[in-house]
Amino acid sequence: MNRPPHQISRMSLHRFANPTRFLRIADAVSPWATGLAVLLLAVGLYLGLAVAPPDYQQGQTVRIMFVHVPAAWMAMACYSLMALASAIALIWKHPLADLSAKAAAPLGAGFTAIALVSGALWGQPMWGTWWVWDARLTSFLVLFFLYLGYIALWQAIDDPTRAARAAAILALVGFVNIPIIKFSVDWWNTLHQPASIVRMNGPAIDVSILVPLLVMMAAFNVYFVALLLWRIKAEIIARRVRTLALARVEPEAGA
Amino acid sequence: MTRKRRRLLTVVAGMSCLGVAVALMLNAYGDGLVFFYSPSELESHHVTPGQRLRIGGLVEENSVVRQSDGLTITFKVTDLSKTVPVSYRGIVPDLFREGQGVVAEGSLGADGVFMASNILAKHDEKYMPPEVAAALKKSGRWKDGAGPEGVTKP
Repeated sequence: MNRPPHQISRMSLHRFANPTRFLRIADAVSPWATGLAVLLLAVGLYLGLAVAPPDYQQGQTVRIMFVHVPAAWMAMACYSLMALASAIALIWKHPLADLSAKAAAPLGAGFTAIALVSGALWGQPMWGTWWVWDARLTSFLVLFFLYLGYIALWQAIDDPTRAARAAAILALVGFVNIPIIKFSVDWWNTLHQPASIVRMNGPAIDVSILVPLLVMMAAFNVYFVALLLWRIKAEIIARRVRTLALARVEPEAGA
Repeated sequence: MTRKRRRLLTVVAGMSCLGVAVALMLNAYGDGLVFFYSPSELESHHVTPGQRLRIGGLVEENSVVRQSDGLTITFKVTDLSKTVPVSYRGIVPDLFREGQGVVAEGSLGADGVFMASNILAKHDEKYMPPEVAAALKKSGRWKDGAGPEGVTKP
């Protein structure tokens, strides 16, 4: 079969955005992702809670890091993914892009909440306060409200096409907050300490603490992927149900 | 094709404008976003006595003195170029130690002593087991006196 060139390029562009193909891939990947997430979480928690040594300054309290850092990382990674998906939805109108962003939002909000709560629990014994309005903590709270606003916007607009558009613009506008969170500890004096892992001169964490932390971060990443696949699947099915319901109503209305 | 390109340009242009606007805004806020002043900044800012603010830096080695009433402690906050004497009455956090980061909330007295009403401990970005810290100190690779880097900023 000889397709005109523009048609071929369109095919390849939409290859992974085709919902049916996506469902097939998701069904194949899901069990593996779920299993790997459970395995990594078990190993990571064991390494973090039982094997890793206490910190020379913070003692046992440092173990909060094994939940706090992966959650904060996922909160920011998830938002970046949503912003990227929103840009793709706005520009190229890929059918799965806005669904992915919508499906990711509650997961990101959950990770943000975990990071905020675990951070408060860590701050009280170490810093002597649950909360301060320094640049890092405040910008992270803004991230939480961005997630809530994004979810609310989807709920507030009935027409899915218009809701997707409005939510995508909000996600893109909110993306400016991500570099602010990341660099807040470098740009301004904050109570929160500077970056430990992604920084010049390499990580400032001893290997015995770094390895459990990286395993936990991998676990959170895979856990996120597993949940996201399930949620996108649910969104696709919900949209199909909606389309079928509309198709049933319309002939009757016309008759 | 052209419509896609136009949408792409719109998004890129919109994000660039937004980025520049936010950067200008944050730059204009400047000091307002700073959680604390270092002793050097305190000097250059001509703070009036009684004005509430936070200062931060390292607790100077051998500067912590517990007063005879058993509740008041005095110490010096340093950013390694300037120091500010601090007086505080109350319980300090666990991580309050000489050579470690600290943030004190309060106001500067007329005598130049910072009267703190609240003390927060600030730790750095380094994490290691006690044995490694001991080994580093023993081998002399620990930056003694300079404290862990990253705590103070000029």
